Amino acid sequence: MSTLRPLLNPLRQWARGLSSGVVRDGKHVVTLIPGDGIGVEIAEAVKKIFATAKAPITWESVEVKPILVNGVSTIPDLAKQSIHRNKLALKGPLETPIGKGHKSLNLTLRKEFDLFANVRPAKSIKGFKTLYDDVNFVTIRENTEGEYCGIEHEVVDGVVQSIKLITAQASDRVAQFAFNYAKQNGRKKVTAVHKANIMKMSDGLFLERCIAVAAQHPEVQFEHMLLDKACLKITQDPTAFDMLVMPNLYGDIVSDLAAGLIGGLGLTPSGNIGIGGVAMFEAVHGTAPDIAGQDKANPTALALSGVMMLRHMKLNAYADNIENALLSVIAEGRTVTGDLGGKAKCSEFTAAVCAKIL
Amino acid sequence: ASVAKYIAEHERATHLRRTVTLVPGDGTGPETTAAVVSVFKALNVPVDFEVVQLSSTSPNVDESLKQVVASIKRNEVALKGITKTPLGQGTRTSVNVQLRRDLGLFADVISCKSIPGIEGRHKNVDIIVIRQNTEGEYSLEEHEVLPGVIESLKVTTREKSIQIAKFAFDFALSNGRKKVTCVHKANIMKKGDGLFLECCKEVAALYPKIAFQPMIVDNTSMQLVSKPGQFDVMVTPNLYGSIVGSIGAGLVGGPGVVPGQNFGLNHAVFEPGARQIDQSIAGLNQANPTAMLLASSKMLDYLQFPVHAALIQQAVFQTIQAGTKTADLGGSASTTQFTEAVIAQAGLIAEKSI
Ligand SMILES: Nc1ncnc2c1ncn2[C@@H]1O[C@H](COP(=O)(O)OP(=O)(O)OP(=O)(O)O)[C@@H](O)[C@H]1O
Ligand SMILES: Nc1ncnc2c1ncn2[C@@H]1O[C@H](COP(=O)(O)OP(=O)(O)OP(=O)(O)O)[C@@H](O)[C@H]1O
Ligand SMILES: [Mg+2]
Ligand SMILES: [Mg+2]
Repeated sequence: MSTLRPLLNPLRQWARGLSSGVVRDGKHVVTLIPGDGIGVEIAEAVKKIFATAKAPITWESVEVKPILVNGVSTIPDLAKQSIHRNKLALKGPLETPIGKGHKSLNLTLRKEFDLFANVRPAKSIKGFKTLYDDVNFVTIRENTEGEYCGIEHEVVDGVVQSIKLITAQASDRVAQFAFNYAKQNGRKKVTAVHKANIMKMSDGLFLERCIAVAAQHPEVQFEHMLLDKACLKITQDPTAFDMLVMPNLYGDIVSDLAAGLIGGLGLTPSGNIGIGGVAMFEAVHGTAPDIAGQDKANPTALALSGVMMLRHMKLNAYADNIENALLSVIAEGRTVTGDLGGKAKCSEFTAAVCAKIL
Repeated sequence: ASVAKYIAEHERATHLRRTVTLVPGDGTGPETTAAVVSVFKALNVPVDFEVVQLSSTSPNVDESLKQVVASIKRNEVALKGITKTPLGQGTRTSVNVQLRRDLGLFADVISCKSIPGIEGRHKNVDIIVIRQNTEGEYSLEEHEVLPGVIESLKVTTREKSIQIAKFAFDFALSNGRKKVTCVHKANIMKKGDGLFLECCKEVAALYPKIAFQPMIVDNTSMQLVSKPGQFDVMVTPNLYGSIVGSIGAGLVGGPGVVPGQNFGLNHAVFEPGARQIDQSIAGLNQANPTAMLLASSKMLDYLQFPVHAALIQQAVFQTIQAGTKTADLGGSASTTQFTEAVIAQAGLIAEKSI
């Protein structure tokens, strides 16, 4: 228990929400990282929609281009300071240059702001028909360790060891977050996903910590499931799930699986929650270079990420207004973008959404 | 009688008999392997079973594992139910994993194919998942660095990666398949998965007639549930195979209908492909024996009894299409009723084709 205490403070701080952000002229200042590729267009769209809804937000746009400092890739100070100050960011997709020294920018951001939990809701959009209806669950992915610790070595020629790191601390932290999130968002059940039959010590530790944390939250149901069983069940009957919590790689895979059920990357938002109170919301899709600059991208994923952010800020009325507008335009199906089988431009879709804002 | 006549007319090797190891396993394994035994008996399949029990929860598990390994080494071929594995620190190593390692069963082939009569969201899925079965995340090397800090080693070798890639391309070639998709996460595990991907690319270059496509594992999972028609043969490291195979099984009707085959250099073990033990319905005569029956059909093919193999497969398909289904497929047939129906169908097929 004593190892837990230092962790709970930042969690409480996070739970208090915005207490430490910046408010100027009655508006919350939020860092906006439009990003690369389609990022520019969809960020523009989101700004329009939020302005139409009169959301009390002032955007502070920053560029995030990777720079090398002493051979280590990092992000510009201006962007860093902006996020540390505002505690809130909305982020488009970033391109990581291929070549020596550059680590994934997403990993760099996660490290810089200790973004330990990745929240990815998957919810069927009423009126947008996919093979799966009534999907409505949230995946919480541990975001700082596991297979992404980046420690690998070639032991002898042709033999590589990749290390996966699981700690009690990070497991506790993400499990606590999952149960708190469940309570705050009216979710009833948390399923821990693991492979503790094979990786008995590492996934065993993760599972053990989830079981211990579950015991502190008796009002939330808890179950645990092997990864393969979970993949099987999600594919067969996703309605059996409410919230899932899992180590890094499994979360990456399962949340994409979930996105596949509801209609793809143009629709799925996410949030990253940091230890020091920073929260960064982002579309999970990439820069889509094949359609960038052509006014073809679907801004829904980024807009819904913004909606998640509004709820995080307890600005629920604005969130509902914007979400309803987005979903009803998609459900009507007349003005949707190419990824959803329509012909509308990004700007046309955006105008249609703005027209629905109350 | 008609079956005997049909077989005599079509099978050339009827005078040969083979002995095969049978491991009932845990969960629904005993019932579903029993279904195979009754079908083999009714159809006079020239196979004798040497039954060896194996359960990781029994006190003599090491002794029985030795017996199973010895038996399979002797017979070269086995049909097997899944054994249950305890979870968490300090518990026993999976006997499934130990068996695969002891026998060098490096390739696991999971056949995810839509079966007419099973309604699903997706139609015409036909995916073969070929999974490296002995290393990767299943290396079982873990240690506690500090209290509360665990390192787990994933081991990727050039030797095993090349071996599984060759197996996959050979499989594709000899089964008239067009494309092999290599599933990886080399953007994050640059060295480990990078090596696997590099080996697959090297081998792909030797098979110009087969298309090659690398795909990152998270994207693969998304594509599998939205556009499964794009996949043909897939080759994967160990853990991703478990994931991709499970999603594939989910697409075509679940763990009750997907057969699996494990191959080493000298041995072959046939088992359900989705490797679920289904403890909750064990012993209730409710399990779907389709996966085990289809695995037994694949085994007969491997033993070069193609007529028996085809007869069983067709009988199973026609039984399902005729509407006899177990509860997992929304039907009400028990395990034994389904098995009886398969035997009856086999009789009908034989009668028609004499
Ligand atoms: N918001 C979107 N609207 C429309 N189509 C999209 C959107 N996001 C992704 N796509 C489509 O899905 C494809 C794959 O998504 P993704 O954005 O990851 O592209 P990518 O080429 O892999 O980019 P990156 O290299 O940044 O990951 C894109 O090429 C694009 O066609
Ligand atoms: N304790 C258990 N509870 C529920 N199901 C179990 C249990 N143990 C094993 N199973 C099922 O049997 C499967 C095989 O177990 P095992 O430990 O041998 O893993 P495996 O077959 O090597 O792994 P994989 O499932 O990744 O192929 C499990 O994945 C699971 O589906
Ligand atoms: Mg991903
Ligand atoms: Mg991408």
